[in-house]
Amino acid sequence: MRFDVRLFALYRERAGASIVTVDLPEGASAGDLTAAVRADYPRLAPPEVRIVVAVNAEYADDDQLLRPGDEVCLIPPVSGGRR
Amino acid sequence: MIILTDEPLDPVEVTDSVRRDGNGAVVTFLGTTRDNFGGKEVTRLEYEAYDVMAVKKLNEVRDNLRADYGIEDIAIAHRTGRVDVGHISLVVAVASPHRVQAFEACHEAVNRIKTIVPIWKKEWFADGSRWVACEDHEFADEVEHEHAHAGRHAVAAGD
Repeated sequence: MRFDVRLFALYRERAGASIVTVDLPEGASAGDLTAAVRADYPRLAPPEVRIVVAVNAEYADDDQLLRPGDEVCLIPPVSGGRR
Repeated sequence: MIILTDEPLDPVEVTDSVRRDGNGAVVTFLGTTRDNFGGKEVTRLEYEAYDVMAVKKLNEVRDNLRADYGIEDIAIAHRTGRVDVGHISLVVAVASPHRVQAFEACHEAVNRIKTIVPIWKKEWFADGSRWVACEDHEFADEVEHEHAHAGRHAVAAGD
């Protein structure tokens, strides 16, 4: 399965790209996707930090299985702001 | 009304959209660009959104607030792109028959927006920039030489 992974904000800047392509075997999960992107871009985030994935515009757990054609994005921490 | 736009926001338009004769209270929150962070001068903010998901999540925030607070009239407008000091990046307007629900729902709306809506904020300083809320993504080996750079390690003084 081939996925064009969309990157935003911090991840986009660190990768130097808005979209990166990864190839994954059938049955791959969202966690497998982040692992594949991190292998290509080790400076995306420190190893101890979890990278959040959105699948078809919804937050996904790492064990969610991917299907061909899914829209996948990596989601850095959102804007936050102090109360 | 749910708006995501790179155009200036009109708080009156957003507020008017929730006004009805059955409501006795209207609360409008404006998020504006502050001119400082951690003692450093902020020159502008820049917002980036995952548009499709951001709109979906803004609708979700509104729908859940309607259910949680039992009120109908909630409007949210968020700006993207460059927002200069003093300008508005977020408008949340809530109307209800009595004031308590409107105050509480408006406050909670802002909290939820900043937690689940995929919109990212970058603060620009005279000498650099930083993505807000991404401190946990800093690499330990960068801390040394970035200390003098861009205030990425500054501690907020609070609002």
